[in-house]
Amino acid sequence: MTAGIPFASFMQRLSEAGLVVDVQVKPHLKPVQIITLAADDWGRFGQQALACGCRWVAGWGEETGAIDDNNLRITACFEQAGAYLLARTKVTRAHPVLTSHTPYYPAADRPERHTRDMFGVSFTDHPDARRWTRHQAWKNLEYPLRRDFPLNGHPGAATPADHKYNFFSAHGSGVYEIPVGPVHAGIIEPGHFRFQAVGETVLNLEAHLGYTHKGIEKIAEGRDVTGLARLAGRISGDSTVAHTWAACMAMEHAADIEPPPRAVWLRALMCERERIANHLGDIGAITNDVGFAFGFYQFARLRESWQRTSHAAFGHRFMMDCIVPGGVAANLAPRFIAVMRDEVAALRLQVGKLMAILYDSPSLTSRLLGTGVLTAEQAAALGCMGYVGRASSLDFDVRRHAPYPPYDQLRVKAVLHHAGDVNARMRVRHEEIAASLEVIEALLAELPEGSLCADWQAPAADAEGIGIVEGWRGEIVTYLRFGTDGYIARFFPRDPSWTTWPALEVLIHDNIVPDFPVCNKSVNGSYSGQDL
Amino acid sequence: MLRILAKIQRIGIITEPLPPSTEPTLTQIGEQLRARIGERFVGSLAIREVDAGSCNGCELEIQALNNPWYGIERFGVHFVASPRHADMLLVTGPVSRHMEEALKRTYDAVPEPKLVVAIGECACDGGTFGESYASCGKVSNVIPVDVTVPGCPPTPTAILQGILSAIHTAK
Repeated sequence: MTAGIPFASFMQRLSEAGLVVDVQVKPHLKPVQIITLAADDWGRFGQQALACGCRWVAGWGEETGAIDDNNLRITACFEQAGAYLLARTKVTRAHPVLTSHTPYYPAADRPERHTRDMFGVSFTDHPDARRWTRHQAWKNLEYPLRRDFPLNGHPGAATPADHKYNFFSAHGSGVYEIPVGPVHAGIIEPGHFRFQAVGETVLNLEAHLGYTHKGIEKIAEGRDVTGLARLAGRISGDSTVAHTWAACMAMEHAADIEPPPRAVWLRALMCERERIANHLGDIGAITNDVGFAFGFYQFARLRESWQRTSHAAFGHRFMMDCIVPGGVAANLAPRFIAVMRDEVAALRLQVGKLMAILYDSPSLTSRLLGTGVLTAEQAAALGCMGYVGRASSLDFDVRRHAPYPPYDQLRVKAVLHHAGDVNARMRVRHEEIAASLEVIEALLAELPEGSLCADWQAPAADAEGIGIVEGWRGEIVTYLRFGTDGYIARFFPRDPSWTTWPALEVLIHDNIVPDFPVCNKSVNGSYSGQDL
Repeated sequence: MLRILAKIQRIGIITEPLPPSTEPTLTQIGEQLRARIGERFVGSLAIREVDAGSCNGCELEIQALNNPWYGIERFGVHFVASPRHADMLLVTGPVSRHMEEALKRTYDAVPEPKLVVAIGECACDGGTFGESYASCGKVSNVIPVDVTVPGCPPTPTAILQGILSAIHTAK
């Protein structure tokens, strides 16, 4: 970034490369800058963005309605030094063809395939021609997110199994294949994993997701703001606070509404509580996946007691639907300030003692150290967010690098590790719990008084908004656009799991099959959050 | 090792009866459940959980039944990895069309009495997702359901109550 102006050197580079871009001023998209470019330049633009060190964040399509009836609008979001850029282009509905960003950014692979399945945009030099989100619920050449595709689709009497997905295969003496899922052995979400292995060693792993695709983007269309917030809270149940916050932030930006300070602080309090609950659960589950039951029960105990306080304070164990457009729906009674302060002190002590035992147990650490290594280069190429990136030298945290209220007034301690193994991902979680506890103390100490919710006023037709929030898994980027009369016309929530699922396929290489569960748990991607 | 044992001893058994309320407590439900499992299932009820498209909120609360506060195994209930070992299915989510066939095959693999409990608002009536090109809606649109447990998500205690109700329906 040059002299405080985001993307200045990038813009200069683009013009030197002969790429014409049109910079648009959209004040309501506040933290984000928009540029438009010609469809023919799309791939080259990606190439230049990579050369300038931009991170590929997300990509989505939309039909913009009456404005351009015959066009589809394609957007790709980039980030550099905490500034965000939306690059946009148009393709015709009749001939939606673009060059791909995937040759430069592996992170664009699945999102572009999603856009292809949902809108029928073909990315000509995309290295993978296989479908991604589409199984058998709709046909090839049908595109659910196009306006002429009815909400109910054209389902047959029953949707057949998707048994013809063309997995990579391996041949040779001693090579065998293990298919796993979609129904898994534990109490977890569905997805399919296909392993090629020799002896105990994994040669290749491929994930086939999309089993929990529930049409979230389609059913969001036409919702009112309350209905959309509710839907956002169910994109991924364990991230209900963060997703609802991102969706409400996007709606508030579009409508130019500022939630009152108390609401903003309470949102952060809930979001940090959600982060700690999930990290506690994950540390226990990681130890459980290598047979260390002590860790599992101890951390499950802490998580349960933490969630009971959330329930007592906010009325819901996961704080679902506590964030609403314009503010929050749940206040914090004064007595809970003392309760939570004591709880923070107690949890800090408990976690410290337990982690000391965990780090000092050779039977545990020998299974975690050096297992499932994701190198810094791999993490950067995939654009991995959250604890997965931060365990592999990728220092990005929205709260620190692109702070939104109230984090612009708070200090969040940086957590960074470099080994990139399961142990590092557990360590990051441990240290993030400690950092979050400090944030909670600061939030409780200076919780502003005042109202909980601003009055809602419907924004103008076609108003757009972006919400970017650091959820417990990492950066959530939510884009939405209003139609007429204050109803939602387009909603695209990018869960951080889009950036970490591909990492699992990379970090499992040359590990043994029995270490897959712990590797998977250390990444803990959301199926529902990426399937949409 | 000594520290582990010391920690276990210091924490002791935290599994608890829930505080008094108008609802039946965890242990009350649990004791009924254990008696009933003793009569009908020779003391052991095996459950296979199937996420048929949920947001995973319900999974978190089903998992919580295994934490030491609830300790569901003390009532004779355990979660198994294969539907062929299961007396009961707990099914969550609106059934996504992409999971429709997998859910049917799982159901077919369960031996009698094939009890099915639909867990959560989406499983009961489709919830906020309803029916669409991608969603079959409620679980009973796809396989027979014995008991529904509403709530978004239902609490662990409500899930336990649902399991008990389903056992009462078993012939």
